[in-house]
Amino acid sequence: MARTVDGEVIAILARQAVLDPREVTPEMTPGDLGLDSLGLAEAIFAFEETFDITVPFNANRPGEGGFDLSSVGAIITAVKGLIAGKA
Amino acid sequence: MNRVVITGAGTVNPLGQDVAATMAALRAGRSAIGPLTCRDADRLSVRIGAEVRGFDAALRLGAGDAARLDRFSQFALAAAREAWGQAGLAPTPDLAAKAGVIIGSAGGGQGTAEDSYRAVFAEGRNRVPPLTVPRLMHSAAASRISQEFGLMGPVFSVASACASSNHALGLAFQMVRSGLAPVMLAGGAEAMLTFGGIKAWEGLRVLSPDGCRPFSARRNGMVMGEGAGVFILESLGHARARGAPVLAEIAGFAMGADAGDLLAPSAEGAARAMRAALADAGTAPDAVGYINAHGTGTGLNDAAEGAAILEVFGMDGPCVSATKSLHGHAIGASGAIEILACLLALNEGIIAPTAGVEAPDPAIPLDLVTGEARQARVTSCLSNAFAFGGLNAVLALRRA
Repeated sequence: MARTVDGEVIAILARQAVLDPREVTPEMTPGDLGLDSLGLAEAIFAFEETFDITVPFNANRPGEGGFDLSSVGAIITAVKGLIAGKA
Repeated sequence: MNRVVITGAGTVNPLGQDVAATMAALRAGRSAIGPLTCRDADRLSVRIGAEVRGFDAALRLGAGDAARLDRFSQFALAAAREAWGQAGLAPTPDLAAKAGVIIGSAGGGQGTAEDSYRAVFAEGRNRVPPLTVPRLMHSAAASRISQEFGLMGPVFSVASACASSNHALGLAFQMVRSGLAPVMLAGGAEAMLTFGGIKAWEGLRVLSPDGCRPFSARRNGMVMGEGAGVFILESLGHARARGAPVLAEIAGFAMGADAGDLLAPSAEGAARAMRAALADAGTAPDAVGYINAHGTGTGLNDAAEGAAILEVFGMDGPCVSATKSLHGHAIGASGAIEILACLLALNEGIIAPTAGVEAPDPAIPLDLVTGEARQARVTSCLSNAFAFGGLNAVLALRRA
């Protein structure tokens, strides 16, 4: 079964947060998941490796760079945007 | 207990390839941060750093050491020769038997390791040069310096990431103070501005793409550097007996660990180390005239360090500057290079500025020296180092 981008992103975030993917919902924030800046950096590395994209992210200023990290849903949208930008 | 003084200083760093050139750059507040020129720089996403430009190892050290030493050891040996020359030591057999060398380095022979991996992994070659191991070992610089001057006492390296130099200097200080060794050479050396070294830091996402601005509201990360600083530490009695130049006294040292987060620094741990260094030195907080901050320009370090300084010294504390904005973050060599800024403050009353700060972070209300150097009478100062892994090491210096 082909995995969706949504499913892959949630799986990556869940792995970093040590949660069951079924517990991760789109409205949750990284803070809700218990991810600190290091956990976010690890998740972003996994997005880059999984989807062959480059995510603009600086741990010193996590809110800047144009990659929306405000919620799981926003992250999924942002990853899809970067994947579309590759084409 | 001996009092411990610095009787010689040497350096190679991005600001200058000796102490005089470095002091001139510190006085002028001239930053050495610029475009990186390392191999494959076009594949890096962070393209700025503070490189030691135009260091000709063959010219400076001779063809043998140019070939046999990794760049970090070359920096260390050049710095040690300068320091030794200033101190004017002519060791007796008894002194040579007791004197030693401690050099801090986080990465050791990073470039040598990288070149050998490139050969066997990327280029498919089946052999590497015979001196790969003796070039890359962390202790290579200390060993080579011991040979240079015939020193047969305690000789080793220490690695504590960004606090390596301060741990090296602190251990040497304790050895001279206790009488274990009358003279020690100590400092740090680093040459991590290699493709793999920078890639590793890039991965952590803490490097700034556009500049080092410690304690600034607009800070967005650290900028890597490289280099070495080596100092001659000597008991005051030994230095006086031979009429040696005394550059400053190392009055105290403290080290400790946060035993907390791997990367996020602890203000409490930093404050504890500063307080312990002051207690070790017998220096009251209000006698401190300058703090050379760890001040990396990352969001987390500067917030935690600023809170710690405010906790220890209050709102009317000493002036602070972060010279990594000038010479870059030389990782394990940083603390040694920053001792030069302390010597400038103690001996010339000049506080080297923090470059790149348009507006200090209002959440960190320090007396931050920005823009250009400030004149100040300083009799005591601190030099902070707070490393990844929660390792804190603070040196307290006093005017001789």
